[in-house]
Amino acid sequence: MKLTDIERAMQAGEMGPARQWAIEQQIAVGEFFDADDLVEINQVHMMADTESLGDSGVEFLEQFATLPWEERRCLVPTVTDPRGIDLESYKSLNQEEFFAERERRAIAAFKSLGVMMTDTCINYQIIMPPVMGEHLAFGDTGSVIYTNSALGARSNFEGGPAALAAALTGRAPRYGFHLDECRRGTRLFDVSFQPKTLSDWGALGGVVGRRLESYWEVPVLSGVGGMPNSDELKHFGAALASYGSVALYHIAGITPEAPDVETVFDGPLPAAEPITADNVADFYKSFGVHDDKVDVVVFAAPQLSLVETQLLARAIEGKQVHQDTSLIATLPPAVKADADRMGYTAMIEAAGGTVLQGVCFYQMYARETGEANGWKRLLSNSAKLVNIIQGYGYEPVLASMETCVDAAVKGKMG
Amino acid sequence: MADIVIKGHRGIGDKVTGTALVAQDNFSARYDLDRIKGVFSRPAHKLCGQNYVGKILILDAAKGGVATSWMLREMAERDMAPAALLLNDANPIMAQGAAFAGLPFMDRFEEDVTVAVRDGETVTVDPAAGTLTVRRTD
Repeated sequence: MKLTDIERAMQAGEMGPARQWAIEQQIAVGEFFDADDLVEINQVHMMADTESLGDSGVEFLEQFATLPWEERRCLVPTVTDPRGIDLESYKSLNQEEFFAERERRAIAAFKSLGVMMTDTCINYQIIMPPVMGEHLAFGDTGSVIYTNSALGARSNFEGGPAALAAALTGRAPRYGFHLDECRRGTRLFDVSFQPKTLSDWGALGGVVGRRLESYWEVPVLSGVGGMPNSDELKHFGAALASYGSVALYHIAGITPEAPDVETVFDGPLPAAEPITADNVADFYKSFGVHDDKVDVVVFAAPQLSLVETQLLARAIEGKQVHQDTSLIATLPPAVKADADRMGYTAMIEAAGGTVLQGVCFYQMYARETGEANGWKRLLSNSAKLVNIIQGYGYEPVLASMETCVDAAVKGKMG
Repeated sequence: MADIVIKGHRGIGDKVTGTALVAQDNFSARYDLDRIKGVFSRPAHKLCGQNYVGKILILDAAKGGVATSWMLREMAERDMAPAALLLNDANPIMAQGAAFAGLPFMDRFEEDVTVAVRDGETVTVDPAAGTLTVRRTD
């Protein structure tokens, strides 16, 4: 890889061991993907939940925290993805003190590097929305796919250590979605289904995602009617990235790089693969129903925007969650503060729901938390969550927010 | 007995020999594994219930989210990681995680590696050379 003078200085250790470690990681990954060089980036979004970090990751961060400020500080604005524990609520969720202590250590280490603890996966909605063409190192798949697709900015999936490396060098290896040629369509889907709810948008993302083979595929959708809002594209992209592990999509006539289908393909168009209402209905059916009992109803993955929080608060206002069912909503701290101020938190809590901040359900020790609270039969309007959470011992079902709230009140579906 | 050499793209990490654990399925550490017990735990995964610790894990494509990049090192430090990870199609997360963990890792083989290697065979992964050598006994 071609390196600039400053990059060679980092590699030689002249800017300290943290930046040397960081650029060596980036060179290893860059060479693996045949990158020619590194590209300067404007912002980093880092996955920093302690369940993923483990003690090993926390100890790794703590090594850097002891370095001089000039050697350890992030070189570009760096924000965090959801954390592993809501330190205000973990006791009521029967989460162990051990996890909270690990969390406090991780937070201290991140802060010592100058990381801003935003604790959100919807940074693109609420912190500093990316700009078209801007190079970034974002670290949640939903955040990356929204940024690439809905906003036209440029990032690969940068997992925790890679995002940390990007924060320490201010750069990312230039391969994948930083390059024009990787942003061209590879598959064409003709959609004859019009999503009506957030879970419909997620289900559509899941249907497309299940048909994709690898990270390098770029699905292009045609036939999508209406103009989706940010929350709808958020659920669509989060599910598409979760099921398909892809980082970019185009929707003809809607997303900025695809004024029409022809613009995003090189050469003749591939045969269009139909996506029908039956495909989406089958997707919902693949998770079954919980018509006997629901243990926990979850609104998360992605965290709720203020608009979703208002929808949930209004849907549940004046109702009461069943005594044998829990209802959880996970919000970014910035949205939680607004929801508190506007009374939405109080509306959800008055109905018996729990509002958590700075966490997301699957990132908060979901297996241990589920076992501690007797949660197995899970209901959510997040297509992403019902995909991930199966590996943690849950039996998840997908339904609209309206159906989820109804089931939380009755303690079962139907 | 004969050695079969399969070429791949130059990989990450050191040369290692071990027993192959193979399936025509995908891989994500968060979605698919019980990392404490060292077994595949996702019910729909073709290796569900199987122990992967110390094995040369051979699967199709990288799937799921970004968590694997932290997790591989954490697994390695507890001696609960596979000995190497080979995929037909990697994504950035797996490469970043392997680089962070020092886990031998390769992809982009000249043939479908989940078909070319049989479960339980002894294989040698040489990431610097970009080769996978299968010791075939029949």
